[in-house]
Amino acid sequence: MIGFLARRLLTVFLPTLLGISILVFAAMRLIPGSFVDVMIGVGPDVSEEQRSAIAASYGLDQPLPIQYLRWLGNVLTGDLGNSLRTGQPVAQAILDRLPVTLELAGLATLLSLLLAIPAGIIAAVNRGAPLDVVIRVVALVGLSIPNFLIATLLILFTSTQWPVLPTTGFVSIEQGLWSNLKSLILPTIALGTLLAASIMRMTRSSLLDELGKDYLMVARAKGLAPRTVVLGHAVRNALVPVITVVGIQSGYLLGGTVIVEQIFALPGIGRLALDAVSQRDYPVVQGTTLFIAAAFVLMNLITDIVYGVVDPRIQARD
Amino acid sequence: MVASTTSFASRKRTGVFWMLVRHNRVGLLAGVVLLAFTMLAICAPLVAPSDPTEMAPALRLQSPAETGLMGADVFGRDIWSRILHGARVSLGVGVVSVLIAATVGTVLGLVAGFAGRWQEYVTMRVMDVLFSFPSILLAILIVSIWGAGFRSIVLAIALVQTPIFARIVRGSTLSLKNVEFVQASIAAGSSTSRVLFRHILPNVAGPILVQLALSMSGAVILEAALSYLGLGAVPPTPSLGSMLSENRNAMEQAPWTVLYPGLTLGLLVLCINMFGDALRDYLDPRLRTAMGA
Repeated sequence: MIGFLARRLLTVFLPTLLGISILVFAAMRLIPGSFVDVMIGVGPDVSEEQRSAIAASYGLDQPLPIQYLRWLGNVLTGDLGNSLRTGQPVAQAILDRLPVTLELAGLATLLSLLLAIPAGIIAAVNRGAPLDVVIRVVALVGLSIPNFLIATLLILFTSTQWPVLPTTGFVSIEQGLWSNLKSLILPTIALGTLLAASIMRMTRSSLLDELGKDYLMVARAKGLAPRTVVLGHAVRNALVPVITVVGIQSGYLLGGTVIVEQIFALPGIGRLALDAVSQRDYPVVQGTTLFIAAAFVLMNLITDIVYGVVDPRIQARD
Repeated sequence: MVASTTSFASRKRTGVFWMLVRHNRVGLLAGVVLLAFTMLAICAPLVAPSDPTEMAPALRLQSPAETGLMGADVFGRDIWSRILHGARVSLGVGVVSVLIAATVGTVLGLVAGFAGRWQEYVTMRVMDVLFSFPSILLAILIVSIWGAGFRSIVLAIALVQTPIFARIVRGSTLSLKNVEFVQASIAAGSSTSRVLFRHILPNVAGPILVQLALSMSGAVILEAALSYLGLGAVPPTPSLGSMLSENRNAMEQAPWTVLYPGLTLGLLVLCINMFGDALRDYLDPRLRTAMGA
């Protein structure tokens, strides 16, 4: 296990993180205009001498590789620079917004798992029956409707037909758990639909694969109840590939939160990133993209580890 | 993989069309609707009853009952005309970006899979890096450099999709590299490019084709999403995504302003997905028996 983990870290995780940091660093250097102006927010009234003095004080007169290493060193110690708008440290801004995004992504994952796994099992067990067809059609539609469209339809429906739920804004958990959850119900549905549809499809096809295997024939032959055969034996093994889907898709949830937070006016990281783009607040753009991409890679690593623990054959094969 | 790809070559003559007619009516229907969409999108300037960007304050938020067709939006523009032009944008951006991704990804995958060694390691790590940016995020990064517009989102979508093609092609290339006919060709002294493009590529065509369909639906969704966020289509250019956001504040009193573009987008993606599923079922023999073929 330790060897597997170390190999994963060294050959995939760290090189990918390094690549991400280079890409984000390089992207900020490609922005048109003087780097001093865009990153440090120097106005046009600053003289050329002051400008080069500022550049030198930030180490911008050094060659690019040196600048990159310095920047990387700062990032590793938690210094992502300061926002051009508010002057607030970017790392602090991210940490402030993180709980909202995490809560939203967590709720969406939870809701998807609770709905999609039972639905996938029911569909697989009733393969070909009307119930299976209905579940599959719902999943296909779920995969085809983008989250911002679901969000728009939800807001339209709630505000005109059923004005019980708030359609925008966030209520923090300190103001009451129920109000907090109520403000996240619609965003959770909008964000979780795609995940639920993919989990359901994976559960169904993986369980169908499993149901055709010999060991289940043995289980049936020794007289186990059909319920025990499916839930006790087949589902356990069928859920292994589902872990990968959940792991990979939960990374995409982070991307999805950008849109969903924007639509429902939730103060999360995604909205922070998007606002930063429209305000040309480059240090915030840099910090948030780096953070989200790193979180995504970390999710993949965790998925790999969990997968390796659940199915030890993976470790041997790797 | 090898079995499925060789059988793809031998079944090519039967034709996807007849396969659909015989075994997958739903897939056929999706294909027909998709074709209709494409034709309407291509002919949008001829078919659209009015200029999609022409504002008419007098017609502001007129309902479909008042104007005929699908009504007018917040600026009094004809929604049906905007949908036609919007679909043109969606499909155009989708086709261009997916083709770029497929071409670049396929070449990288072929080279990585065939060359092995450090070429493979470096290529696949770079692909991992691109793959680890949620697509919206990559788009944000690109838009913050180049500003909103189609150039940025085509590049963003292409960058997001390239690793997928590279991974698929590399996987197939790895397994094909050691098959007899490829080894024979190498032994006979064929150049590397001949082996790659004459022998390996045709046998990877099946999975690439299926991925083209899947990527296309992803690209259409992403274009709409980016335009919704104001990172893509620049107003007043219509896009199915931006139509949803520009009418957002009016949708309670004029639901048609978002319902029609939204349903069009959903239907378009649904058809691409169903067509892609049908294509995969056809090309994957393990699933074909399940369909009773």
